[in-house]
Amino acid sequence: MSGNLRDLYRDVVLDHSKHPRHFRALSEPARKAEGYNPLCGDQLTVYVDLSDDVLAAVAFQGVGCALCLASASLMTERLRGRRRGEAAEVAEAFRVLVTTGLQASSAVDLGELTVFTGAHEFPSRIKCVLLAWQALLAALDGSAASVSTE
Amino acid sequence: MDSAPSPPGVAAGDASAPRRLDVERLRAEFPILRQRVGEKPLVYLDNASTTQKPRAVIDAIARFYSDDYANIHRGVYALSERATQAYEEARAKVRRFINAGDDREIILVRGTTEAINLVAHSFGRLRVEPGDEIVISAMEHHSNLVPWQIACAERGAVLRVAPVNDDGELRLDMYERLLTPRTRLVAIAHVSNALGTINPVREIVARAHGANIPVLLDGAQAVAHLRVDVQAIDCDFYAFSGHKLYGPSGIGVLYGKAALLDAMPPYQSGGDMIRTVAFDKTSYNRIPYKFEAGTPHIAGAVGLGAAIDYFQSVGIEYIAAYEQELLAYATARLSEIPRLRRIGSARQKACVLSFVLDNIHPHDVATVLDNEGVAVRAGHHCAQPLMERFGVAGTVRASMALYNTREVIDVLARGLRRALEVLR
Repeated sequence: MSGNLRDLYRDVVLDHSKHPRHFRALSEPARKAEGYNPLCGDQLTVYVDLSDDVLAAVAFQGVGCALCLASASLMTERLRGRRRGEAAEVAEAFRVLVTTGLQASSAVDLGELTVFTGAHEFPSRIKCVLLAWQALLAALDGSAASVSTE
Repeated sequence: MDSAPSPPGVAAGDASAPRRLDVERLRAEFPILRQRVGEKPLVYLDNASTTQKPRAVIDAIARFYSDDYANIHRGVYALSERATQAYEEARAKVRRFINAGDDREIILVRGTTEAINLVAHSFGRLRVEPGDEIVISAMEHHSNLVPWQIACAERGAVLRVAPVNDDGELRLDMYERLLTPRTRLVAIAHVSNALGTINPVREIVARAHGANIPVLLDGAQAVAHLRVDVQAIDCDFYAFSGHKLYGPSGIGVLYGKAALLDAMPPYQSGGDMIRTVAFDKTSYNRIPYKFEAGTPHIAGAVGLGAAIDYFQSVGIEYIAAYEQELLAYATARLSEIPRLRRIGSARQKACVLSFVLDNIHPHDVATVLDNEGVAVRAGHHCAQPLMERFGVAGTVRASMALYNTREVIDVLARGLRRALEVLR
């Protein structure tokens, strides 16, 4: 492995993993979807309260590694109060960033999420970082109650 | 005795001193261990998952494909006869290796998983009826759990699970209580893959036989670390894989007592497992061929034979003694690491260390270790119910083999301190 550990485990990541924000369940009619990585056992439930096409609240609960929890926590902060279309754009820009290290579009401001720029150098961990996002998209679509990385 | 030549890899030294493995010399026989991970030398500590291969095994497979390869048990030509002979010699080596009584009792399969599935399907159809019970333990690998779950569901039988204590040892008293007139089979690991616990298999078998219950032992984690004598243990089935014994993947062994194997119906069907075929009736070949349908992993068998030769040339007594010494050293070094909690502290243990570090997720620990060139396994080790028993989602597992040294344990210990620092 050639990646720099300090690039992966930034202070922001460690802080969010130890003190995840919006770490709670939302009751109905909020939508929810589960994300599961059978390889490592990471398991999250992402909740999203959608009203008038706006993500009024985003929250999550579950167990996972530092990268998985920090990514979920930062996601809730970045997407709360955003329109559904913007959330999808951010999710896609974040996926590109995490898998390639590149910021695809200057139109999408990833903000603090850029702490994951170094993740692409750790291919075995990319699924950890994207798990919460896959669950969020499933919750928004209402397409699946559960998404799995495998 | 003094004049006896030292086995390869064993330093001769003076006659009064106990002979020891010459590990540096052994390491040189494993080409993969020379590589670096980034700038760091590879420290391979995932041997419970799979072991690396010595030059002797790699060469034997290449030589077989270069010189002797053809299909077996069919051709009347010389090349096929040579290939058949090589394949059957491998079977005989396996038989001697585990001290089985007869070559017919050695079925060559893909690995431990296939061996267990074979018994679950075939023995299940032969003996298991609605209301019957199968007994496993709480420390089973999924491969010695899920096949029995499926067999029980299909046959209307019930799966019973013998618990483990806080040290990760089988509760023999509870195990014995699970043996009832409805128990049709006991299936238990010889050595736990997740914790390293060595189970008292003679006791386990004796108590089951006391109630006329046959026993299958999952020997995947045992054969590379202990002397296994299936007749002394008196188990009815014994399963293991070549790839955890310094041999190739895709080849493994099911030992079964001939009387049971003879009575059992075929598992897979097709070529080689038949005697005569007509559209209205097929008669099956004798054992072991009845259970070896289709063209097998011929070169894999040859490689397994070479691995057994290699392993025996080093000597199981030396290997076992060395690994126990290494385990004691590693246990001591890890006990110095703050906030490290070991999972599994059985009195009888193979060279496996399973642990959690602080409240750090095992995958984060493994990523930091990988950055130091150290390959360990992190996760549930295909033993999710066991992880639940110990209240953890998973562990970090360092598992050792004959080519590991104290120096690599020191690298592991340094890596763990670095994990505490990076993930503080």
